Amino acid sequence: MVKLVSVFKEYARTGVVLSNVSFHARKGEFIFLTGHSGAGKTTILRLIQMAERPTEGEVRVSGFSSNRIRRRDIPALRRRLGVVFQDFRLLEDRTAEDNVAFALEVTGARRADISPRAHRLLARVGLAAKARSFPAELSGGERQRVAIARALANDPLVLLADEPTGNLDGWATRGIVEIFREINQMGMTVLMATHDLELVREHPEHRVVELSEGKVVFDSGAPAAAEAT
Amino acid sequence: MGYALREAAAAFRRAPLLVALSVVAVAFGLFVLGLFGLTTYNIRRAIETIEDRVEVVAYLRDDLPAEEVQRVAAAARAMPGVLAVRHVSKAEALATAVREMEEFREVSTELESNPLPASLELRLQPDSRNPDGVARVAESLSLERGVEDVQFGREWVDKVFFLRRVAGGAALIIGLAFGAVAAIIIATAVRIGIFARREEISIMRLVGATDGFIRLPFLIEGFTAGLLGSLLAVLLTYATYQIVSAGLVPIEWLPSSWAFAGVTGGALFGLVASGISVHRHLSGV
Repeated sequence: MVKLVSVFKEYARTGVVLSNVSFHARKGEFIFLTGHSGAGKTTILRLIQMAERPTEGEVRVSGFSSNRIRRRDIPALRRRLGVVFQDFRLLEDRTAEDNVAFALEVTGARRADISPRAHRLLARVGLAAKARSFPAELSGGERQRVAIARALANDPLVLLADEPTGNLDGWATRGIVEIFREINQMGMTVLMATHDLELVREHPEHRVVELSEGKVVFDSGAPAAAEAT
Repeated sequence: MGYALREAAAAFRRAPLLVALSVVAVAFGLFVLGLFGLTTYNIRRAIETIEDRVEVVAYLRDDLPAEEVQRVAAAARAMPGVLAVRHVSKAEALATAVREMEEFREVSTELESNPLPASLELRLQPDSRNPDGVARVAESLSLERGVEDVQFGREWVDKVFFLRRVAGGAALIIGLAFGAVAAIIIATAVRIGIFARREEISIMRLVGATDGFIRLPFLIEGFTAGLLGSLLAVLLTYATYQIVSAGLVPIEWLPSSWAFAGVTGGALFGLVASGISVHRHLSGV
């Protein structure tokens, strides 16, 4: 589903941020990507979205390769990915429903389907009652639920979440993780970047890939680690 | 396309001030160009009027028989570049001089005989009303038997054509400069519009909208702003024409093809400026 093969990423100004990173996220897996701030978690998520290309190595996502993908194929790749950010990235001048509908509209969904589908997606994250609310009228947890509904709009194969609970309290965090688990149980691969080790420890059933200074220092899904646990 | 039109219309609703700024920027950029066009056009018309008066005069010998006058006139008519030939008799020349020159009127009564020669006045075709064309006709004419002298005001013709060249060159340079200023204003207004919607664009890309899909509403917006701005510019130029024409100097309004070209050009300009700006933005993110 998502495979990184000996990936290096280097920036002219900041130097090497990823060094020989390899891991394979299989279909239906739930993976916590952990590590301290600056460890390279966000860079990995950006490489998976092909917002950037690796300096060396290869990123493969659902049949697309970073070595061969053309610029015009990137939208097709992104429709197979749902992305959620720490800062929600909602359009403040649109209601919750319009934010979700926006993702459907700009990817060419039929007009008649958009509103009912946006409603269903909001219902799926428990926000049907707040469809007409603007982001400013919602709590942090609710905003993140709208962002998740938007990420699910195009029925992605993989959900990428970059510190999605970073701005939330414990209660809201548990709610968001629960939604991710439900989505995962329906067969979607979830890759969640977080530096919240407490949260990771609460879910020992999920795979953990830990990064430090751009290197994978622990992978509970790797054969050696799996035997050790 | 439906989405693009709705989004373009929504952009006008969501940020009317920004759209108004773009339209006004286009309007003022093109208004300056319109004023310049109006000035250039009227200068050109004035020069054309002067050029219309470019003629070659062949003074005939006093003793030239009528059939010889006819022959010289026919030869002149057959010369390349000659549009019309008019014979001015000695009596006509005197009458004209008396009518138009006050000093001559005073002395004419004391004259024993008419001192003015008969002449042939040659009007030239428009493409021969230049220093070379005039000199060529004058030279051929001076070789004709019975022609005593040929005059065409060489210095005057040279000045008119120098003025035309200077005016043409200045028009091109100033026109390009104003065009560049208008382009910068429009591109800046479009970039402000894109900047205001950068979040929207980044989400569109995130969820997998194609570049063409993202670009289309901006192109429609740019085209519309360009069209509205250029229409406003034509109105402002027309108002200026009315004011100047009524109160200062009588001038001519631009030919409708110029006004049409201005409006079409403004709309295309908005489209291209918008296309370049959004392309640069999409390439950079």
